Amino acid sequence: MLLRHTPKEITDRAALTINPAKTCQPIGAMYAALGIHGCLPHSHGSQGCCAYHRSTLTRHYKEPISAATSSFTEGASVFGGQANLLQAIDNIFSVYDPEVIAVHTTCLSETIGDDLKQIRIKAEKEGKIPAGKTVLGANTPSYVGSHVTGFSSMVKSMAGLVEPTGRKNGRVNIIPGWVEPCDMEELKRLMDLIGVKFIMFPDTSGVLNGPLSGEYAMFPEGGVTVRELRAAGDSIGTLALGEWCSADAARWLDARHKVPCSVLDMPFGLAATDRFIDTLRTIAGVNIPEQVAHERGQLVDMISDMHQYFYRRKVALAGDPDQLISMTEFLVSLDMCPVHIVTGTPGKRFEERIREITGEAPCPVNVRAGGDLFLLHQWIKNEPVDLLIGNTYCKYIARDEDIPLVRWGFPILDRQGHQYFPTVGYRGGLRILEKILGVLLYRQDRDAPEKSFELVM
Amino acid sequence: MRKVAIYGKGGIGKSTTTQNTVAGLVEMGRKVMVVGCDPKADSTRLLLGGLAQKSVLDTLREEGEDVELDDIRKVGYGGTLCVESGGPEPGVGCAGRGIITSINMLESLGAYEENVGLDYAFYDVLGDVVCGGFAMPIRDGKAEEIYIVCSGEMMAMYAANNISKGIMKFAQSGSVRLGGLICNSRNVDNEKEMIQEFARKLGTQMIYFVPRDNDVQRAEINRQTVINWKPDARQADEYRGLARAIDENEMFVVPTPLAIEELEKLLMDYGLMN
Repeated sequence: MLLRHTPKEITDRAALTINPAKTCQPIGAMYAALGIHGCLPHSHGSQGCCAYHRSTLTRHYKEPISAATSSFTEGASVFGGQANLLQAIDNIFSVYDPEVIAVHTTCLSETIGDDLKQIRIKAEKEGKIPAGKTVLGANTPSYVGSHVTGFSSMVKSMAGLVEPTGRKNGRVNIIPGWVEPCDMEELKRLMDLIGVKFIMFPDTSGVLNGPLSGEYAMFPEGGVTVRELRAAGDSIGTLALGEWCSADAARWLDARHKVPCSVLDMPFGLAATDRFIDTLRTIAGVNIPEQVAHERGQLVDMISDMHQYFYRRKVALAGDPDQLISMTEFLVSLDMCPVHIVTGTPGKRFEERIREITGEAPCPVNVRAGGDLFLLHQWIKNEPVDLLIGNTYCKYIARDEDIPLVRWGFPILDRQGHQYFPTVGYRGGLRILEKILGVLLYRQDRDAPEKSFELVM
Repeated sequence: MRKVAIYGKGGIGKSTTTQNTVAGLVEMGRKVMVVGCDPKADSTRLLLGGLAQKSVLDTLREEGEDVELDDIRKVGYGGTLCVESGGPEPGVGCAGRGIITSINMLESLGAYEENVGLDYAFYDVLGDVVCGGFAMPIRDGKAEEIYIVCSGEMMAMYAANNISKGIMKFAQSGSVRLGGLICNSRNVDNEKEMIQEFARKLGTQMIYFVPRDNDVQRAEINRQTVINWKPDARQADEYRGLARAIDENEMFVVPTPLAIEELEKLLMDYGLMN
């Protein structure tokens, strides 16, 4: 009972978070930056920040994450980090020669008020940025928002690289949000099937799920190129997946460069994928291809075959807002009952969306934006559930309460597969169902008395 | 919209000058927002008729991150929009970060959007630019013109010179420019001529010489701007003059700060003239 001190009675907490359901902004910024081809993320702050962010990404993606740091000392925090960053830019381009340096700030550099844009322009004027190379930056103070905010800020900075020529290029910008590299690959496959030409950013496929070839490449093949990002200003529109992860960049492109945007939910589950596919179909002006209809049919088949195992099962969820919104909708469509839903990321609109989705649910629903896993655990103690869906940190609750856990979200530090098997789209829906059924049926087998231990389920 | 920041040595009369000038601009039919960037939160007292306002940071602390624009923006004299950043009490926390937070929040809440219809946004910033936070109003895309309030006293000129260094740094990468020095007279000998010469050496102009007049203090006691309290006072006309000078100003420069010896010499030359 590792969490044996969690009491059942819930008391109001104003100034205390226990077992947060979020992490630092720069982790999101770093992940987004890795979706740019040939990019070295740079952490403008002290070394410890960078080490933590790199190691968390490494532990989740099981790939070496390279990132540089401004290595602040006492002096830098008094005099500002400009000198460190200028030196870093110089060093990085001469030693590692990336195409792009994506700088994000940290709590310290934000608090002392370093102005990234001013420093970047100074570096440019001093000739520290070689011709054809790019430096971009995002403000990511961790005392605001969460890792999702940091991801969104870096994506917005990427959008800032557009250089519209005034001639439309017939492509659609697709901002996938914080999904796995394989999810990005799957989204690209679906767009190819439907025949939509696109520019995807960020795109970590091929960067963080690459093969072991025997040769180390500091900058793998994948990622959106700066050239593509420049062209994003000439696209006919932007599809942003997820209000929290992607909408800011898309709305900025719309407001600033008149690239019309639509913000969709992340395509997890049947209905959200339907909306995504339908939007793509409308853009391309085609009928749904046979292949896509086939995949949808398979998902619907599995849902109807296995409905009895989903029906009225209570679920607790922890994760990030965009993912949870689509997952909750999916679970409701399976006749499951998502009853406790927590995200560490703030935003009242999350609670409103979940209330809308679960409006007709047969059981009362607890939802909290800016909550923590401690609260989720307390809710579970008061209203037990049959299934827990969340990241690795949920394993403590799962063990103490003896609840089956499906690992989904970020970070997953103790299991494999999330980088390779997508959960977006119809095929991804099958994968989600497979995982849910796996743990539920295993549990039924484990607990079944001998007389009702079934061969066929 | 013109975005203006007012800097100057502590106690020189930035807030008083700003509010009286804003009253002059309002009389001319301009729509103005004043953003106080001082933890003391007294930059809008004369426009609002007292310290009636809840600051952005107080609101943030008490109500969390879901703040509405109407919670922090009050309407003052002649339809001016007044905002106070506020900040921590003396000796604790980080006032500089407070300004960054506060200006970011105003931007994300849409306080500067076109539909607000602003002609001017004024940032009234405390004393020296002591750290990165206090430079927030002159970062790229924020205030584009700066006026420094000073007098013929050494320390005021010293501070003005220092602030010019800050402006020079940001002007190199952005669009911020120095619009001029506002001389808020302390009845120093040869004050007007000295500040004119100082401005010339900085590469700028003395945009207005505001004479000393106790009507300013009288109006302050009444929690009003001079223009509001006594429209026909001579000092009210001076502030109208300053407002007009700013409204018509077209001289925006990257300043050339002086070396200390040069500044000392200026003071000697003009101080010993009589």
